Amino acid sequence: MKKRLHKWRLIALLGIVGLVLSGCGEPFLSALKPAGDVAQSQYDLLILSTLIMVLVIIVVIILFVVVLLRFRRKKGDETIPKQIEGSHKLEIIWTVIPILLLIVLAVPTVVTTFDLADTKAMDKKDKDGKTKDALVVNVRANLYWWEFEYPDLGVITSQDLVVPTDQKVYFNLTASDVKHSFWIPAAGGKMDTNTEGVNKFYLEFDSKKAEDSNNLFYGKCAELCGPSHALMDFKVVPKSKSDFEAWAKDMKATKEPVVEGDVAKQGEAVFNKSCIGCHAVTPNDSRPEAARQAPNLSTFGERQKIAGVLDHTEENVKNWIKDPEKYKPGNTMTGTYGELSDSDINALAAYLLELKVEEK
Amino acid sequence: MSTYANKKGFGATIWDYLTTVDHKKIAILYLISGGLFFVIGGLEAMFIRIQLAIPNNDFVSAGFYNEILTMHGTTMIFLAAMPLVFAVMNAVVPLQIGARDVAFPFLNSLGFWLFFFGGVFLNLSWFLGGAPDAGWTSYASLSLHSAGHGIDFYVLGLQLSGFGTLMAGINFLVTIINMRTPGMTYMRMPLFTWSTFVVSALILFAFPPLTVGLVLMMFDRMFGANFFDVAAGGNTIIWEHLFWIFGHPEVYILILPAFGIFSEIFATFSRKRLFGYSSMVFATVLIGFLGFMVWAHHMFTTGLGPIANAIFAVATMAIAVPTGIKIFNWIFTMWGGSVKFTVPMLYAVAFIPTFTMGGVTGIMLASAPADYQYHDSYFVVAHFHYVIVGGVVLGLLAGINFYWPKMFGTMLSEKLGQITFWTFLIGFHLTFFIQHFLGLMGMPRRVFTFLDNQGFNAGNMISTVGAFLMAFGVLVMVINIIITSVKNEKVGNDPWGDGRTLEWAIASPPPFYNFKQLPLVRGLDPYWVEKMEGKKEMTPAEPLGDIHMPNSSILPVTIALGLFVAAFGALYHMDDKSWTLPIIIVGLLITFGSMLIRSVKDDHGFHIHKEELMDDKDKGGKA
Repeated sequence: MKKRLHKWRLIALLGIVGLVLSGCGEPFLSALKPAGDVAQSQYDLLILSTLIMVLVIIVVIILFVVVLLRFRRKKGDETIPKQIEGSHKLEIIWTVIPILLLIVLAVPTVVTTFDLADTKAMDKKDKDGKTKDALVVNVRANLYWWEFEYPDLGVITSQDLVVPTDQKVYFNLTASDVKHSFWIPAAGGKMDTNTEGVNKFYLEFDSKKAEDSNNLFYGKCAELCGPSHALMDFKVVPKSKSDFEAWAKDMKATKEPVVEGDVAKQGEAVFNKSCIGCHAVTPNDSRPEAARQAPNLSTFGERQKIAGVLDHTEENVKNWIKDPEKYKPGNTMTGTYGELSDSDINALAAYLLELKVEEK
Repeated sequence: MSTYANKKGFGATIWDYLTTVDHKKIAILYLISGGLFFVIGGLEAMFIRIQLAIPNNDFVSAGFYNEILTMHGTTMIFLAAMPLVFAVMNAVVPLQIGARDVAFPFLNSLGFWLFFFGGVFLNLSWFLGGAPDAGWTSYASLSLHSAGHGIDFYVLGLQLSGFGTLMAGINFLVTIINMRTPGMTYMRMPLFTWSTFVVSALILFAFPPLTVGLVLMMFDRMFGANFFDVAAGGNTIIWEHLFWIFGHPEVYILILPAFGIFSEIFATFSRKRLFGYSSMVFATVLIGFLGFMVWAHHMFTTGLGPIANAIFAVATMAIAVPTGIKIFNWIFTMWGGSVKFTVPMLYAVAFIPTFTMGGVTGIMLASAPADYQYHDSYFVVAHFHYVIVGGVVLGLLAGINFYWPKMFGTMLSEKLGQITFWTFLIGFHLTFFIQHFLGLMGMPRRVFTFLDNQGFNAGNMISTVGAFLMAFGVLVMVINIIITSVKNEKVGNDPWGDGRTLEWAIASPPPFYNFKQLPLVRGLDPYWVEKMEGKKEMTPAEPLGDIHMPNSSILPVTIALGLFVAAFGALYHMDDKSWTLPIIIVGLLITFGSMLIRSVKDDHGFHIHKEELMDDKDKGGKA
């Protein structure tokens, strides 16, 4: 028995160390480090429910330990305990108290459910059909990449979602192939992107919290969508209101990509031959959704990651173009652009990394 | 027939099990096949944990990982937990109500073989071009998108084994309603029988929606129907509803029998009647009822709107009340009792805090806005493993240890049982506790790998270490079973010494006709009532007479086999192969031919004569 206790302690210790090591997760990713009002209200519910539940667990554990210590059968004890049918008083107590505890949780649950579903601001349009006082982003999830369209600004981007801080950002969510789910843990819970209909919800990004995480949040796909589901990451770049407006202006102003240098020019030629059928290189892509079969690359040079998961280096761009299947199995790009020579790929990489909107 | 137990050749034993309609032998069939699938599902789990031990691991490929995770879930729920629950039900329920068999012994056998062939069919996908890869929930958009035949194996395999389950449910309902021995009123039924009764009703109502969903999916994939094809006006959310209208009651179908097993064990090893018996019965029925009202809490993020989300959130929370009643009643059953820590009791005792934790995270999940964060993250993975492993698997391990002597006439080793218990329990908490935090820290579920520098590394490593500890525990259990079976030291009627219900009043294992004379039940815990009055056995409710028994039959195997064959034809039919139609026809001919034989052949069973039964007594009863 002694030995067993020893083992227990060691394992408990290991567990605690593990917890401390991992802390509450990274500020750019963890739901335990809420970075906006939506995440905060969900976090508050988490804490409230945890407190209530810990209370329940403590009561159960106390009774449990008392039972285990007091009522063990001694060796050779053949006495028959009193056969008790039950106790109405006790049974009423442990029916009523849980009901009361649940009401304490149910009320804020219902209130928050309605609060978080309030997207009325999206419906208020001015005479041009633009949303009046709210920023709306159309999110379209595709097999392993994300498209973000700002309908009122007339620009489209992919993979990196740019949002203004300290205001509500409203989302229209949909998927173009299979069901995905749009999740930015630090900013709030997820919402599914269904293949039918559009889901609406909003998130908020706190400017101070954004600074804590170096103005970058991680976004994830949270619904199994195929082999590369685990790699369907996106990034969120929060900007102050003025910075965001400047960014939007730059985006709007970018009509045709302008690249310098012979290699990049050569890359442009390759791109226009092999890639442009699916990828657009201008944020003002006016083609319909169905024609936009691949991520918009107009900000490729400014992206946080290549293909959502690889570090943003020229080497990785080349690797990706050479064999996308190796990095994202089951993607829809593999095999659609024929064989490219090494010099083509080098040129393409040079061209793609020149595609920038802001740093010009 | 009384010479049945004599030494038989291996082939004869196999034939005996193929044709048996005896509930005790069918229980053993369920136990063996369920145990086998449990080990397969466990191996799949180990693959998952090895792959996730370190970031960017390439132990398995992305596509193969999705097949493993799908088959792990599907196997564990449909092919391991369900049959193991049925094993205990078959072994125990007829004995607990003083019946000689279930109401429809032939149907019982047919149910098993349908399940078995369905399970084999599903697992053959590994060797025939790849397993299903859209998760055990098989959400429609992904499963229609999935290439290859994996999803077809899922659809046809589950359809086949689902028929078996439905039959078993109906059978137990009829058995419990009609075949109780004199004096066994509803409110004297042991809690395990009560939970079987409620669960059978749940099966009756929950499996048809699954069947409907699977049929629609089958039509979409095989005949180009468009139920779930959005482009053609279909709707994939319908699948989600159908699946969860089945899927949520399904988890109660699994957990309620575990509750029943624990109720028996707590009472037995505390030497006390169950505290608050009538409220326990009421709570069981209420849980079963509410279980149908909460399915949409699996779909909080689907976008059903705030009204649906709020209603289903509150309804889900309501289930905590009857569950809480049960937890406290169990604790107070032990309170004032004389508690003996046998291996089954260890499992029961460990179950209380473990399941309470799984229950409270269930309440946390019920809070819809907070669930937007938990949903489809590792928090959910932790939660459902706490209720399914911490509830159902601990319950099955407890039940198997508890009823092993009743099923096989010999006791599993307590010492090895304790090793299994401690390693499994510690390994379990090590594996899954940390996953709550992984989920909250932003790790989605069903990911084949994770990138470095996201704070997931330590937690996943700990989880993998725990999984190996659990695997070790299961290994020791297998060794325990082998050693016990080889030693085969026979035990008497009531090997635990504190048996309370009817099954402990007869030999271990019971003779094939169970009760020579149906016992008279004079109260709750009938055997205990007699024991307390100093009697050694039950008072008979009838004079010794001839016993009518059903004949064995191979037809259940052939009926199931025919459908199994036809399913292969159907599966490859969409490839436009010429041989598929004849295969379908041959399969259906076997099935319907067997059914025809069953219909036209008069089979009145046979009688065991009074004189033979008297002989038996001199030999001290036999199996």
